[in-house]
Amino acid sequence: MNIKRFLAVFKARNIEFFRDKSSLGWNLFFPVLLLAGFTFIFSGDGQAIYKVGLIDALKNEAVVEQSAFFKTKHIDFIDYKSTDLAHLKLSQHNIDLLVNFKQQKYWVNESSPKSYLIEKVFLAEHRNFKRLLTQGEKIRYVDWVLPGILGMNMMFSCLFGVGYVIVRYRKSSVLKRLKATPLSAFEFVSAQLLSRLFIVMFMTSVVYTGCNLFFDFYMLGSYFDLIVIAILGAFSLISLGLLVASRSKSEELIGGLLNLSSWPMMMLSGVWFSLEGAPQGIKIFADFLPLTHLVAGARKVITEGATLVDISYHVSALLVMSTVFLVVGSYLFSWNTDR
Amino acid sequence: MTSVISVESLNKVYKDVVAVNNISFEIKAGHCFGLLGPNGAGKTTTIEIMEGIISASSGRVLYKGKPVDESISQQIGIQFQHTALQDFLTVKETLNLFSSFYQSTIAQDKLVTLCDLDDFLHRDNRLLSGGQRQRLLLALALINDPEIIFLDEPTTGLDPHARRNFWQLIKNIKAQNKTIVLTTHYMDEAEQLCDDVVIMDKGIIIESGTPHHLLTKHFKDIFIYLPICQIPEQLMLEQQWKLQGERVEIASRNVEQTLSLLMKNNVSLEGLHIKSANLDDLFLKLTGHSLVEEDIGAL
Repeated sequence: MNIKRFLAVFKARNIEFFRDKSSLGWNLFFPVLLLAGFTFIFSGDGQAIYKVGLIDALKNEAVVEQSAFFKTKHIDFIDYKSTDLAHLKLSQHNIDLLVNFKQQKYWVNESSPKSYLIEKVFLAEHRNFKRLLTQGEKIRYVDWVLPGILGMNMMFSCLFGVGYVIVRYRKSSVLKRLKATPLSAFEFVSAQLLSRLFIVMFMTSVVYTGCNLFFDFYMLGSYFDLIVIAILGAFSLISLGLLVASRSKSEELIGGLLNLSSWPMMMLSGVWFSLEGAPQGIKIFADFLPLTHLVAGARKVITEGATLVDISYHVSALLVMSTVFLVVGSYLFSWNTDR
Repeated sequence: MTSVISVESLNKVYKDVVAVNNISFEIKAGHCFGLLGPNGAGKTTTIEIMEGIISASSGRVLYKGKPVDESISQQIGIQFQHTALQDFLTVKETLNLFSSFYQSTIAQDKLVTLCDLDDFLHRDNRLLSGGQRQRLLLALALINDPEIIFLDEPTTGLDPHARRNFWQLIKNIKAQNKTIVLTTHYMDEAEQLCDDVVIMDKGIIIESGTPHHLLTKHFKDIFIYLPICQIPEQLMLEQQWKLQGERVEIASRNVEQTLSLLMKNNVSLEGLHIKSANLDDLFLKLTGHSLVEEDIGAL
């Protein structure tokens, strides 16, 4: 590895990004737009599925099954054996309502618009139940959704910022020209990877800091732990982008492949809604997506004050994924000059 | 003069297309060597195998008697036929980027002067004209002060003025005793710049030598053209002169004698045009089709 060559390509790529004003503007504007928009619109009435936690009486017990509320469409019922865990899930927006049918009590999260709506449905049949507020510190929806939106923005920047750029370089013979110099594939790929990591972390920090002035985000954990999990997540996503772009010369194909990679993550990585109560197969599939671990890890740091040790499963998963993506991507990488 | 590059029995096959078919030639140090031929002749494939960019199906390329290895990229300079430059970088930043790739480089101000980059040194790559872009690409090829420079169709798409300016740059580089390998389908370019040429068509070499040697070998005649309306039909049939569009082509080994014959037959010399055979004529003679037709066909 020649550091001089690596730094030259790293610098050139950063200059290219920061001078592209339209791209730079969009990278800043997009997450802010999403944060503002989805916080106030999506959380209002946009989601059809509600999640109701059950404690003490489980969903296959007669007292629950006899309730008409249980038969309401678009509601998932989730059993909890631990009362504390159920309360934590409610306070962190993972579920929208918590009910104890035997004791005729229910808990709501007053900061959750969905909790408010599902309470109205619940009260249509169970007016005699005692209303209680969630215990523990409540978080706003914006605090819950923040890691998801920033993570999703990082995902798009990592996948498309690396994947598309490499394919464009390959198609327009920039890679061919670079191959004709002593620059090695490793130096080129490393520079692309670290340049994008720097750009993503810089842009995310700017967006977070800027939005924090308006939203005053909730933060229980350490910023150092948050930055570490963000770097690991971004590294893993960039590696995935390199893997996807390792061979192709077709922008259309790479667009399809990048969409194929990003859409499942956007839907199943807990960006918009929790996978609490989702089928086990979906949860297992989501576990193989790097964004799942980035979002879950960051969310735990922010909302639960988790440390890196507490989220070691997510840290390990991201490290393993990054290694696999990089090894396979390096093996498959082609300057693609042979016609 | 010693050979700096030897190409031995080179073959390149793409699935069912034979791009290069068993070609061999030698390139002497300090010469400008031209690979000539129409589009699809196999020139770019040949030069890219020589550069180590693509691999041969069989055969080999030797530099000073040794096979090509990774270290060759430090010793050669390349200007590709189609290359994009990184967007949003200026000319100077692009030169700095490429300078960092090499162990030793030519002084940047010398390079700027040699390739005439001074006027647009701080301009964004995206805003360069065709000629300016080619000059920058040439500068990138020269940045490591290479002994051998490969130029793949360097003037394609340039206007006549820019082409002539570019030829002068190549002549300046040649004066520094560098070996230049040039592909082109412009025969006038080859005549202007090349010491030796190889003419390719459909992947094979159909002729090789110095331009002067090839022309004297294949053409003894000078061509005289006159408007058809000025030449009596009887005289044309007697002398077996050819019709070329609206003009009559008279192949002559002695221009003086031919002109005397025309005047003796009271042929007006108005619109007279005299021309020597060039490499384009040679290509036409050797293949039965002209380079221009190939280009039009390709369009």
